[in-house]
Amino acid sequence: MSDYNIREMIDNKKGRRSTVFIEKMVPIILLVITSVSVLTTIGILVTLLSETVMFFTRVSPIEFLTSTEWSAFSSDPQWGIFALIMGTLKITVIAVAFAVPIGLGAAIYLSEYASDRVRRVIKPILEILAGIPTVVYGFFALTFVTPLIRSIWPEVNLFNAISPGLVVGVMIIPMIASLSEDAMSSVPNSMREGALGLGSTRLETVFKVVLPAAVSGIMASIVLAVSRAIGETMIVSIAAGSTPNASLNIMESLQTMTGFIVQVASGDATYGSDVYFSLYAVGMTLFVFTLLMNVIAQWFSRKFREEY
Amino acid sequence: MELINKNEIGKKLSGRLLLNKTMKYIFLLCTLVGLVVLATLLIDTIIDGWSYLSAEFFTNFSSSRPDNAGIRGALIGTLWLMATTAPIAIILSVGTALYLEEYAPKNKITDFIKINISNLAGVPSVVFGLLGLTLFVRMAGLGNSVLAAALTMSLMILPVIVVASQEAIRSVPSSIREASIGMGATKWQTITRVILPASLPGIITGIILALSRAIGETAPLVVIGIPTILLFTPTSVFDTFSALPMQIFSWVKMPNPEFQSITAAAILVLLFILFLMNSVAIYIRNKYSKRF
Repeated sequence: MSDYNIREMIDNKKGRRSTVFIEKMVPIILLVITSVSVLTTIGILVTLLSETVMFFTRVSPIEFLTSTEWSAFSSDPQWGIFALIMGTLKITVIAVAFAVPIGLGAAIYLSEYASDRVRRVIKPILEILAGIPTVVYGFFALTFVTPLIRSIWPEVNLFNAISPGLVVGVMIIPMIASLSEDAMSSVPNSMREGALGLGSTRLETVFKVVLPAAVSGIMASIVLAVSRAIGETMIVSIAAGSTPNASLNIMESLQTMTGFIVQVASGDATYGSDVYFSLYAVGMTLFVFTLLMNVIAQWFSRKFREEY
Repeated sequence: MELINKNEIGKKLSGRLLLNKTMKYIFLLCTLVGLVVLATLLIDTIIDGWSYLSAEFFTNFSSSRPDNAGIRGALIGTLWLMATTAPIAIILSVGTALYLEEYAPKNKITDFIKINISNLAGVPSVVFGLLGLTLFVRMAGLGNSVLAAALTMSLMILPVIVVASQEAIRSVPSSIREASIGMGATKWQTITRVILPASLPGIITGIILALSRAIGETAPLVVIGIPTILLFTPTSVFDTFSALPMQIFSWVKMPNPEFQSITAAAILVLLFILFLMNSVAIYIRNKYSKRF
């Protein structure tokens, strides 16, 4: 038998300085680590803002917002961000128009029609689709999709909006499908059973009960997908070309905001030149667009959570 | 008297049932679009690149002559990048997840941190590149080194690992926590000896998935200014390097059509690494995830 009594043993253990020290330090260390994520956001905002301000001391913000021409590399540069926004929108609209019906269709199939076994096989495959690097998608767009489109529709340029738009669409399908499926699966079964019991077919149940009940989750998934399409970089810089234009033509080469950033960064824009600072002005615009989308998506999903 | 006119009902119902059936197949078709594209992409790349996967392809450096071009520099560079990104990202994000789940008080600041993390997840990777360019490459003077790229990548994948780890930690039931505390363990002892071991499969799965995203990411590397053609491999984290996706990106733009096949071969290597990582993640999730 030990000579200590229990009380002494506990006091001995508790009093050990190292234990007390660790218990006090760990929360502090973890708080410091956690603050990195906040500092990252602040870092993004500060760098983008300060360099954008530098850009606007050289180029008038009015030209930036109102001009429709963007030619950063010409001898008489034009800085109309509208041309780049238009390029981004063309890609995004094509991608979303392609991905939303297909993604929703897949989500409806997986949550309402498919058996458990089918779902267990298909969901991981969709995850693989979401994990394919965008540079690979870019290669696929340029060497497979573009030739395919041009064999059907010969007037289309080698660099165009259709092919990268469709491939960006493929990239965001898994996101829409899986988030919408989650939203639809969380609609309580009693609602489905009620509709079926009143004599609706499965399809009528989907359109009149499940979709309306899951609408905010579905909207959130679509808005997130739009945000992803706006920020997508490698597919568009490989397959869309690099001629900024504000036209609505989807058959010719264009440039997006992200595409411009990559073009400047992979060439050598001398530090401190107008082009260098324009990188941040474009980055800021892109950041504002995607932030707006993310906030809207969060608003939608909060609404969705309150429902049940 | 007949209460139900079966013919009448059959007539009214058949149209609705037919529509239901047709739409079912249309929805199935939508589900298959993704799978068909994935199959097309894989088959097209394999047909293009398979014959170029030789031993020399792995041992040669990049070259402007397609016959000599290889991925040695890019492959080793990618390994360096991952070996540096992983510890930074793991410490930052698992630490954050532990704080948020175990220590954070329920107040506005904690809510703000959580919202901030989910917003970071939606920031385009190219913007992270701009952050890395300003903060690490220029201000910290790291140049286009492995370390600068690894820091940028770590910040980029942080939200993914934090969310996965939070879920894993949250799924450890509080009864186990209470038992540990009740036995006289301190909070930190409970975390390191009970909660972390129990949530490890989930955390590791999250880490592997996040790293496999970082391996394929190109945009931040381009913005940071990682060179595409390098005839040496890094010997420390302060050296510059090249990475597989950068190599692919530079080869895609080559006018010589033979480079299309070499690009396809490099893509096969990249995809192989990614599939390997994904299957390890799935294996861990299936084998070690405990249900309480």
